[in-house]
Amino acid sequence: MGLAIGGMQLNNELVIIGAGPAGLSAAKEAAKFGVKVLVLDENDRPGGQLFTQTHKFFGSKEHSAGIRGFQIGNRLLEDIKKSDVEISLNTTVYGIFPDKTVMFSVLNEKIQNLQAKNILIATGGLEKPIMFKGWTLPGIMGAGAAQTMMNVFRVLPGKRALMIGTGNVGLIVSYQLKQAGCEVIGVLDVMPKISGYKVHASKIRRAAIPILVSHTIKEAKGNQSVESAVITKVDNSCREIDSNEFEVECDLICIAAGLQPFNELCWALKMEMEYIGVLGGFVPVHNDNMQTSIKDIFVAGDLAGVEEASTAMEEGKLAGIASAKNLGYLSEKEFNNKKSEIIERLNQLRLGSFGIEREKAKKILLNSCNF
Amino acid sequence: MVKKLDKIPNDSETGVLTIERLRQTPGFPDEKDLENGLIAVIECDEDIPCNPCESICPNAAIKVGNPITNLPVLNFSKCSGCLKCLGICPGLCIFAINKNYNNDKSLIYIPYEYYPLPKKDMIVRALDRKGNYVCDAVVLKVLKPLKKQNSGLVGIIIPKEYFNIVRNFEF
Ligand SMILES: Cc1cc2nc3c(=O)[nH]c(=O)nc-3n(C[C@H](O)[C@H](O)[C@H](O)COP(=O)(O)OP(=O)(O)OC[C@H]3O[C@@H](n4cnc5c(N)ncnc54)[C@H](O)[C@@H]3O)c2cc1C
Repeated sequence: MGLAIGGMQLNNELVIIGAGPAGLSAAKEAAKFGVKVLVLDENDRPGGQLFTQTHKFFGSKEHSAGIRGFQIGNRLLEDIKKSDVEISLNTTVYGIFPDKTVMFSVLNEKIQNLQAKNILIATGGLEKPIMFKGWTLPGIMGAGAAQTMMNVFRVLPGKRALMIGTGNVGLIVSYQLKQAGCEVIGVLDVMPKISGYKVHASKIRRAAIPILVSHTIKEAKGNQSVESAVITKVDNSCREIDSNEFEVECDLICIAAGLQPFNELCWALKMEMEYIGVLGGFVPVHNDNMQTSIKDIFVAGDLAGVEEASTAMEEGKLAGIASAKNLGYLSEKEFNNKKSEIIERLNQLRLGSFGIEREKAKKILLNSCNF
Repeated sequence: MVKKLDKIPNDSETGVLTIERLRQTPGFPDEKDLENGLIAVIECDEDIPCNPCESICPNAAIKVGNPITNLPVLNFSKCSGCLKCLGICPGLCIFAINKNYNNDKSLIYIPYEYYPLPKKDMIVRALDRKGNYVCDAVVLKVLKPLKKQNSGLVGIIIPKEYFNIVRNFEF
């Protein structure tokens, strides 16, 4: 692995934007077949969200189940080190042109261009905000931001936390806050049901963290930063029930209202997009090789529909071999063999009452694809 | 201003598996299965695609099979109480119980992912599935997290009547 910054090769076969699980898996896979790969990431370390995740992943042995997210990240980086993949960190991509020119800058200095033959956009997801009175006060942040502060930078974001959202992110980050020594006063959800996995919910209930469904935040109060939250009960249509309001002390409010695909580069490229709620919002339309409406440009991971790191890695591998085939490194037959193995693993991850909705949504996306 | 949200009227079972529900799952032992020494107790009732418990079991006592979303089925007579599945389960929903540790005490192993870990012989506060205090317990054994067994495991001794109630502890 070369950490190219100044001496970056400006003519590349596959340029990958985003060194998360999707981008790195694609890089590793494509490089295996001889593709010259360059990965660009605006962060100062590779791995994307994997290094914020201190909990064990679900899945099977093939998906590294039972292993913690950051450990999976370390394994991936070890493999990348042994390969010829080049990674350029602190490198933000501002735009991509249909002729596959990539515009970027390193450490926000001068804008540079490079020319690619194939591009994979794997920029991940972005946390969705929710707005309420006082929501801009310091101490109110995305659950992912709190997770990054604790698990990557080792800074405790608060002492008494209120979590909004019972999806897996809300449940897991509540648990991790408690592990880090923060008191979690409760987890709210506007819906009448917990939306994440029951095992995650049970784990935090055992740890004496209350979960209040049919409740939401109405207001955050405080002078310099958040000091309390006003919580209200809602009915089954999420309408506020009058006179069911109370105030609770806290110095941290985490919002876990879901993620959306981080799709700005795709919009700017005028890619075909489709709104799919289950996948987080506007998703670039792609075929079953992860190819978009723009020739030789691929997508993978949360950008191609918000799912999980385990699916992101499989989609990345798929994009990696599709690019290798595209560039002439892999025969049709070899490609098809590899692809069916990957699809098999992806299908496994999209089983069950949680996965099936994503599987259906991905099918809709494939069906709307006419290229 | 309220201090604690658990004082707010709420469906207190939210996120808590009831014994009635657990009895319908194939990884949860009956009382009679628990008569003969230490065995795993699986509290998993959702069709998540997940099977590391099956892969790690050295006695083939746990079966998930195909599809991978099946609930784990535990063959109680094959379980040797080796604790491997407790350490690997991503949901931290497997415990191990020796109901008849002695005449009036049971032993329960609990996956524990907080630092510091307790020390042997320490008296800790045993908690139920809602995090409520049940009784005091004595720490018998502390297994640090290892690479293969990825969570810390703590064995505590509790009065026998609470073997199906205690599922956590604090100190
Ligand atoms: C709290 C939490 C818990 C989770 N738990 C699990 C779990 O248990 N199991 C599981 O499988 N998944 C889990 N996930 C989901 C998982 O983290 C994501 O699905 C996965 O990280 C997506 O991978 P990705 O490669 O698509 O994106 P990311 O990991 O988000 O990586 C995207 C990368 O792109 C870079 N980037 C973005 N834009 C640019 C640009 N313009 N220029 C340069 N670089 C750019 C970013 O810096 C980042 O490094 C969890 C997520 C959260 C938030």
